[in-house]
Amino acid sequence: MSKTVNQKAWWLVLPVFVMVAFNALIPLMTVVNYSVQESFGNNEFFWSGTVWFQQLLADDQIHESLLRQIVFTSIVLAIQVPLGLSIALCMPKKGPWVSVCLVLMALPLLVPWNVVGSMWNIMALPDIGLLGKGINALGIPFNYTRQPMAAWFTVILMDVWHWTSLVVLLCYAGLVSIPDAYYQAAKVDGAKPWAVFRYIQLPKLKHVLTIAILLRFMDSFMIYTEVIVLTGGGPGSTTKFLSIDLVQKALGGFDLGPAAALSIVYFLIILLMSWLFYTLMMRNEAN
Amino acid sequence: MAKITLRNLRHSYYANPKSDDDFALKKVNLDWQDGGAYALLGPSGCGKTTLLNLISGLLVPSEGEILFDGADVSRLSPEKRNIAQVFQFPVIYDTMTVYDNLAFPLRNRGVPEPEIDRRVREIGEMLDLTKTLKNRAANLTADGKQKISLGRGLVRSDVNVIMFDEPLTVIDPHLKWQLRSKLKELHQRIRRTMIYVTHDQTEALTFADQVVVMNNGQVVQSGTPIELFEKPRHTFVGHFIGSPGMNLLPVEVKGGKAFFAGHEVATGNAGQYKGKDSGLELGVRPEFVSFATSGIPVEVTKVADAGRFRIVETRAGDRLIKLIVPEGADVPQGSAHLAFDRDHTQVYAGGWMVGAEP
Amino acid sequence: MSLELHNITKQVGADTHIHPTSLVLKPGSFNVLLGTTLSGKTTLMQLMAGIQKPSSGTIRFAGKDVTGVAVQKRNVSMVYQQFINYPNFNVYDNIASPLRVAGMSSAEIDARVGKAADLLRLTPMLKRRPNELSGGQQQRTAIARALVKDSDLILLDEPLANLDYKLREELREELPKLFAGREAIVVYATTEPIEALLFGGTTAALHEGRVTQFGPTSAIYRTPRDLVTAQVFSDPPINTAIVEKRGETMTVFGNVAWPAGSARSLPDGRYTMGIRPHHVTPEKAAKTSGAFTGRVLVTELSGSESIIHVEVGGSTWVSQSHGIHAFEVGASATLHADLDQALFFGANGELIR
Repeated sequence: MSKTVNQKAWWLVLPVFVMVAFNALIPLMTVVNYSVQESFGNNEFFWSGTVWFQQLLADDQIHESLLRQIVFTSIVLAIQVPLGLSIALCMPKKGPWVSVCLVLMALPLLVPWNVVGSMWNIMALPDIGLLGKGINALGIPFNYTRQPMAAWFTVILMDVWHWTSLVVLLCYAGLVSIPDAYYQAAKVDGAKPWAVFRYIQLPKLKHVLTIAILLRFMDSFMIYTEVIVLTGGGPGSTTKFLSIDLVQKALGGFDLGPAAALSIVYFLIILLMSWLFYTLMMRNEAN
Repeated sequence: MAKITLRNLRHSYYANPKSDDDFALKKVNLDWQDGGAYALLGPSGCGKTTLLNLISGLLVPSEGEILFDGADVSRLSPEKRNIAQVFQFPVIYDTMTVYDNLAFPLRNRGVPEPEIDRRVREIGEMLDLTKTLKNRAANLTADGKQKISLGRGLVRSDVNVIMFDEPLTVIDPHLKWQLRSKLKELHQRIRRTMIYVTHDQTEALTFADQVVVMNNGQVVQSGTPIELFEKPRHTFVGHFIGSPGMNLLPVEVKGGKAFFAGHEVATGNAGQYKGKDSGLELGVRPEFVSFATSGIPVEVTKVADAGRFRIVETRAGDRLIKLIVPEGADVPQGSAHLAFDRDHTQVYAGGWMVGAEP
Repeated sequence: MSLELHNITKQVGADTHIHPTSLVLKPGSFNVLLGTTLSGKTTLMQLMAGIQKPSSGTIRFAGKDVTGVAVQKRNVSMVYQQFINYPNFNVYDNIASPLRVAGMSSAEIDARVGKAADLLRLTPMLKRRPNELSGGQQQRTAIARALVKDSDLILLDEPLANLDYKLREELREELPKLFAGREAIVVYATTEPIEALLFGGTTAALHEGRVTQFGPTSAIYRTPRDLVTAQVFSDPPINTAIVEKRGETMTVFGNVAWPAGSARSLPDGRYTMGIRPHHVTPEKAAKTSGAFTGRVLVTELSGSESIIHVEVGGSTWVSQSHGIHAFEVGASATLHADLDQALFFGANGELIR
């Protein structure tokens, strides 16, 4: 149906526009501004063109942190999406256990980022942490402040713990909205559980999964707080992701120009990947 | 294909049903012949969908048994019963083509591909789907999707019964009658047992050889469309079937003769009435009432033109009597007299037709 | 206080949803919009109500231009196909809601709700919530809400489509009585010709966004202006065939000769003939009739009627007749068409006779 005649609603949206302008558009424009200028303090700026971008593309350190970021996001998605979907499939569809499961699933999502980092920081400590001590007790040497593998393991485990629930909840909402008739028809057609999953549940969850993957991609690609609290990017710079690199550049080195250029590239990468993924998923729809 | 027998079938959605009211389905006994077309007809909440789900195996009966060719299947799962079902809203596998949708039940059962191909093409032809076999099923219209649902039932040669749960609900009226007659045509061609659940009398009567009318979890009457129309055993059937439904008038029976408002009315069954004279009703369908020179005096109050006929409302005292007058026939104004067709006028006691009580 | 549409259109992007339409709806009238799904009934109603704004043309109410005046500013009620009520209000509060918005006194609200509930036989259910009601009762509540505020325009968009057959029949009979004696203009959209007929009143036949004819219902049914209107207003669909008329006879299905019937006075030539299914019978009934033999596709017996579908001359014809006429599938059946009732359409589809 076409638009309503009433245009008054725009006034109600105005405050949101103002807020978005303040916390998104204006900062973004500032960043764009910084990225093409050089500043030596005193609020004096000089035009520098694409220097920062050229420098950025040649910077090995950034290449490494970008690669780390991509590996991290890929692993996280590869674990969280199938795991979340499986948990959602196992959850009861009706009865008193539904609310219990939902609350349990929602819990990790309610914990603030920095607290998650601290929790896992303590949990994974090799001497007193439950996880760290446990693994060491199994005879496997584990110390995330020294071993890169252990640090990666802890960071991934933490993110899985924190965010798998989001995938679960989204998938669960999608699953319960499939009408009973589909399952009944499948029974009548003699479909095995795998066929029910492949031909009914998965196609019906497509939109929900698209959203879940997009959300998890964007979030994990920008992960900062938890990692900073847990490992601080270490040992060495083995868990130094793109976001950490960016903050170090901007705040630590006060290199506003290069940091701004990196921000823009970062933003474009996320935008591009999200767009690519979305169009790929939706293109199937059309045929 | 199979003969279906329902023995003392009862079902309740409560774990421990106490009174009769707790049962959604109250004791049903029915025998359905192999290859027949049957309809379960009744208002919403009458138990028809419960009965359907019991036969298909989506529900397990609280009591009683369901026999397919004499073998008890009451506790078998739907896939073991070899039934097919078409639901109210079209169920198709979105990601598959029309062809794959039709082939799906056969592939699940491990039928060899050449056989699948032969069956799918045959059924596709029957349902006029040949041209769309290669298309994605998701892009079809509602009636096309319903045809696929039906086709998935038809491709299997081992199907005992095909069931329809109000399959025309989402179909546009001008396509409804096409799909309806297509179903009927298919049944006449392949002679499989089919059970059709609906609240729509036109669908039930035109589709089925035998219609089971249900109300309040009970079977009120099971009969051919003609029997239900001409000799409804219960006033509910008289009311529910026919549009408008049967006229019901208070009547007195004295010495085997029926009297309405002091006028004697010739009936088919007043002579069989032996009981006390109370709570009796006279039932006559609007189709069997006509204007006459003498008879029951009435006032014509309203005439509604339905195109091929007119529905005339008349009043005899405070009682409303409707009649159907064919297109082009005269309708008197003001005072008139009505005559009832003797063979289609019955006396009902406590709702049941006198002489045909259960 | 009539509602006048002058040449209104609705264009959405490149699609024309409503072609230029002019209608005058009188106060106290019951108007049916008859057409298939997507024929533009809902759009036309929304234009009337002011929910959508026409792309061109003007809408006048009681002589005043109300084009573009939003629905909130006009005294309009709507009832939809889905049973739309406030789920967390009971029946009383649902019916009272438009009056509360209007700021009416509670004594007045009480009186009005009581009256509307009485009319729609909802009095015993006033304290119940919508989810404790049957579909019929839910729709009655929605209708009561539309009635209670004395709207100038009451729009009913296929309100009975989601109800059981018998409930539909019951409400269909009650609806005109509810509106009788009111000043309001009632517009009722439906896909079913029988509903339009039984309501009487006036009907606008819609096809692909065009009002093909507007006028008294039975007049449209008996003398449709063109073939499209006849098709919209026939269920089962009207039988059609191309005929070649020569003098007193006409040739149909290529090689069958019939008397010219109602086409007697027409000039010789080629016409499209339309005959409604109930004018085609297995027994010769009419004075002037034409017999033909077709192959039976299917026979439907409804207890009092037989509906026979036959294939003849490459098309499907349907016969609807009283009594029981059973034919085997594939058998040949001889049917008789009542040629005095036949309609004849010219090359561009308009009714000639």
